[in-house]
Parts: sequence; C-alpha cells; structure tokens
Amino acid sequence: MHKKTMTKVLGFAAAALVSTAAMATDITGAGATFPYPIYAKWADAYKKATGVGMNYQSIGSGGGIKQISAKTVDFGASDMPLTPEVLAKSGLMQFPTVIGGAIPTVNLKGIKPGELKLSGSVLGDIYLGKIAKWNDPAIAALNPGVKLPSQAISVVHRSDGSGTSFIWSNYLSKVSPEWKEKVGVGTSLNWPTGVGGKGNEGVASYVQRINGSIGYVEYAYVLQNHMAYVEMKNREGNFVAPSAKSFMAAAAGADWAAAPGMYLILTDAPGAQAWPIAGATFILMHKVQEKPENAKAVLKFFKWAYANGDKMAESLDYVPMPNNVVSLIESSWKNIKDASGNSLY
Amino acid sequence: MPFQGAENRDSTVEALQAPLPPRARSALWLDPAFEWLTKAFAFLVFSILVAILVSLVVGSELTLRKYGLSFLWREDWDPVREEFGALVPIYGTVMTSFIAMAIAVPVSFGIALFLTELSPGWLKRPLGTAIELLAAIPSIIYGMWGLFVLAPLLQSYVQPLLVKLFGNIPLIGQLFSGPPLGIGMMTAGLILSIMVIPFIAAVMRDVFELVPPMLKESAYGLGATTWEVVFRVVLPYTKVGVVGGVMLGLGRALGETMAVTFVIGNAHRLSASLLAPGNSIASALANEFTEAVGDTYLSALFELGLILFVITTVVLALSKFMLMRLSRQEGART
Repeated sequence: MHKKTMTKVLGFAAAALVSTAAMATDITGAGATFPYPIYAKWADAYKKATGVGMNYQSIGSGGGIKQISAKTVDFGASDMPLTPEVLAKSGLMQFPTVIGGAIPTVNLKGIKPGELKLSGSVLGDIYLGKIAKWNDPAIAALNPGVKLPSQAISVVHRSDGSGTSFIWSNYLSKVSPEWKEKVGVGTSLNWPTGVGGKGNEGVASYVQRINGSIGYVEYAYVLQNHMAYVEMKNREGNFVAPSAKSFMAAAAGADWAAAPGMYLILTDAPGAQAWPIAGATFILMHKVQEKPENAKAVLKFFKWAYANGDKMAESLDYVPMPNNVVSLIESSWKNIKDASGNSLY
Repeated sequence: MPFQGAENRDSTVEALQAPLPPRARSALWLDPAFEWLTKAFAFLVFSILVAILVSLVVGSELTLRKYGLSFLWREDWDPVREEFGALVPIYGTVMTSFIAMAIAVPVSFGIALFLTELSPGWLKRPLGTAIELLAAIPSIIYGMWGLFVLAPLLQSYVQPLLVKLFGNIPLIGQLFSGPPLGIGMMTAGLILSIMVIPFIAAVMRDVFELVPPMLKESAYGLGATTWEVVFRVVLPYTKVGVVGGVMLGLGRALGETMAVTFVIGNAHRLSASLLAPGNSIASALANEFTEAVGDTYLSALFELGLILFVITTVVLALSKFMLMRLSRQEGART
C-alpha cells in the first residue's frame, strides 16, 4: 500500500517536473474560507512534490463564484453547491473536495460531550425560538435520565455568511417544515432568535461564555476546543456522534451518480451510522476552457490531492471523500474541454 | 579714510549686481513643478473621497431603485428572500454610540478638568500620556477584551443587578429586560465609551488649556470657587471646542467595527432591551460582505456603507467646523 502510494507520488512528481518545464505557471483559485487550511496544506505539499504552486485566496464563497464567473482565477471554491440550472447558465461544473459538517454544541452545567441527544425537529424548534427552556418536555423525552435545568436556551448562530450555516439551514429545512417556510436555506439567514458570532471561533467562544447556550460549529472546532457536542438522531432513527466515520457514512450513502451537476448536500443522508448535518465543499471550473494548460494543471493538482491528500486532510480534522465518490468525480472531469471540444482530462 | 570706504561700498554693489548662482536659476522650473506635484497629492485625496462616494452609490444602485428612501426604515433583513432594510443596523449604530457618549462625555470632562485644573503638576504628564495611550490600542484588542473579560463580568454581576433594580419599573424596565447574555447593545456601548474617552478627553484638555490664565485668575481673584471658575469661565469659553471634541468621539464610535462586532451579538432584530443583541452598520458590513451571494444582498450592504459614510462625514464635518470656529474666536479675542 505504502509502496504503491510512493510510486504514485514519484510518478506524479516526474510527470509534473516534465510538464512544469513547459508551462511553469502557478494555479490560482479563490473562494470559500472553510477549506482554506487544507487547500493551503495540499498546495504546500504539491509544490514540494512537483514544483507547481497553487495560489488560493480565501475570500469567501460569494467572492469565489464571482471570480470564477469573471474568469480571473483558474478555479473557484464554494461551500454551497450551485444548482444544476445555475451551473448550466454560467457554463460551470463543480466537484466536491472534502466533507465538513455542522455540529450542535451546548454549554449546560453538568452535561458532558455526547450526553445530550436531540432530533432534527426539536433542533428546528429550538432555533425557531419555539422551545425556549432546557427542561422542555420535547427535549426531556429524548433524554431520559439526564437532569435538565429550567433555564432559558440561548441560541448562537453565525453572524457572517458561511457554508456551515448553509448546511445547518439546509438540514433544518429538511426536518422542519416550519423552518423551511419561515426561514429557508442560505449562507446568511434571517435568524428568528439568538445571537450571532463571527466565524466558527466567534460561535465557539459565545457558546463557551454563555451558560445555557446552544450553537453549531465545524467538526474541527469541536475536537480542538473539547466542546460538549450533541448526539443527533439521524434518518434511520439512530443516535450518532459526530466523527470522521459518521461523516464518511453520510458521504458514502449518498447517491452522487444520480445527482445532476453533483448538486448534493449530505444533510439528513441515509445510512445507519450517517451524521445528519454534513456537507461537502466544492470546486467550480468552467466547462469550456480558454486556457487549457491551466485547467489541466488544476485537474492534475486535485487528482494528486485525492490520491495523496487524505492523511493531510485528516490531520486538520477534515473528512476526505470516499474512494467511490473520487472515481465518480474524476470521470466527471471528462466534461471539461478546450475551445475546440477536446476533453482535457 | 573716505576713499577706502567708497571702494568698499562699490564692491558690495558689484557683488549684488553679480549674476545669480546657477542653483537659483534651476528653481525657476522646479518650484512650479513642486507646487504642481503637491497640489496633485492634495487633490488625489479629495478625488479618492469622491471616488469612494461614487462607487458606493453605484454599488447600491439596485436597492436604491428597489426601495428608495423606505430602505431607511424597513426592518427586514432576509438574505434568503432578498428583502432588506437598514432600520436595525441604523438603530444599533445610533444606540451604541449614544450609550458610549452618555458614559464617555462626563468621564472625559472629569479627566480633562482634573488634568488642567486640579492635578498636581507631577501627575499631569504621566496621567495624560496614559489616557492618550488608550487611543493607541488597536480596536480588535478592545473587542477581544470585551468578549473574554468584560462580557462575562457584565453577564454574571452587572446585568442581573440591573434587571433586578430596574426590570419592574414601567418603561425603564423595557430597557433592561430579557436574559442577561453579557453581549448586546449595552456591552458594545460600554466598549465604545472606553475607546472614545481618550479622544474626547484629549480634545477637552487641549481646549481647556486655551483659556487665558488671566481670565481664570481674575475669577479666582473675585473669590470664585474652582467649580464656579469651571462652569462660568472655562466651559463658556471653550464650549464650541468641547462640542467639537464630542463630535470627534462620536464619529469614531459610529464607525467602529471590530470591537463592536465582537460584543454586539450580531442579530438583525429590533429590541427595546439594551441587554439584547443587535447589530450596527459597520459590524453588519464586516460580517456579511465576504459571503454575500446575490446582487440585491450586495447592493443592500453597499447602501448600508453609503449611509454610514454620510452619517460619519456629517458628524466629522460638524466637529471640524466647530473646532475651526473656536480657533477663529480665539484669534479675535487676543
């Protein structure tokens, strides 16, 4: 296994070295902030392995979509997949790179990580402000034997637009019809209740400051700050804890092949062990490339990253794509063509 | 020896009539060039100001067309349905600045008074410098301090007390209702007050020092107390400058971004309670620009920026105008 990867790396390095002599241009990309640390790490390792640099600016998903539409970068990145209609209209294609997710965390006296259990509809009611006390019968019914205080629930959400909020609201829309109707889905929302923290660190620190609060953060923040995460009831009715395994289960159970334009959000995904609030972050590229050399370099970079980047992703608490999905992604690259219609991959 | 003297005078005249050294001649074109260059610099700043204004107007064209003036009093802020209004952030900006001013003005007045009238000489310099150093602390540090130190203190001690004391009084009780979160309008106002105190105090101290000692000494000579001297002589003499200083502080409070974002709670909701989270214009911009997807959303943010630009420009222009009037009066009196 190790030998195989080694030869793969060397093979790629050799191939890249040959081609860099010809082009030597660096790849440029811009967009989502959530995957920035892993893209930067991959870029660093890729540069060492091949000599080709990758320049990624984490300006936000909105900015990423604008930049790729204006063709100022070789690829854009977005935490929110574009719908097939939008993709068709703008001549773009997208593919997922790593999986992230939103994890509900609480700050309640005496509640340890994983001790509290919630279901999607209860979570929706909490975020709608309908369930306002921790000892509400709906919460108590899910947590027999757990002592819940008669304390007001302080809801914490993201104040900046973010892919995490998108995944979160997408999940709540799927499990709570009232949420879908009143609030909807988006990176920024009209929150019915609560306070907003800027970035994951903002939400994490608000949750840690405010007694009786509930918030949602990315997986890495839960691990790094030892926050009291909540176990969620998934579609199959099992309570699952957030982990790389349950994220992978959500990605593996999803039917990527049937999703047009890879428009798939992994919330409320099927799978006995699937974490219900997961989602992938996406790369956007033009289907017809004016600069085929750059597009080739981008695809080469991501092929290398899928083959060699899993360990790096895991070290930063990202969840890599399952192998079956990667092969699907790589076959979708055949749709990227140069001006005369030749496939670039 | 008249002869020698005449010769001396002749040589002086000769020296004066001698052609100018070449260095001076080159200045003939250098001077206008330099003048032109400095003029260009000065106008560059001005044109950047105008360019910013123009780009803000162009950027907010969509919402300006869609809502017109009603944007100012619309309450919704719904990025999903693309319905926007500026009432909540405008209210938050004005309210937090008002709280900040309510605290900072009396405190700064006290500081300036102490430094100019009451403090022993050896304390004036170190104290004055310490207060000016407050202005040198980057705003993000105020924000962090506010979130990690001030907010928990307010949440566990100050706010429960306020709720207990005022919560049941009609009208005033509204201002102190709801669960004490530690973050919200009140905390933001408090942080802002600490941030603007050095500005207001410094201006006040400077204008207090402008009061001619003769006036004060005459008042003291007539038997006036320190209190009377301050309120009958110092304040009337400097009131325009004092107001100018307050406006300067207000301008800073209105536009402050990072520190407010940390502690205001960033919730687009109108609430009578000072303990509740709210939002300010600057904080909404800092939070939402990066991920603003959709043209109307972006346009609404641009228009918020335009509103803030107009508010702060007016406030700062007023303060400059008042300070200018003060110095003109100063010239007339001496």
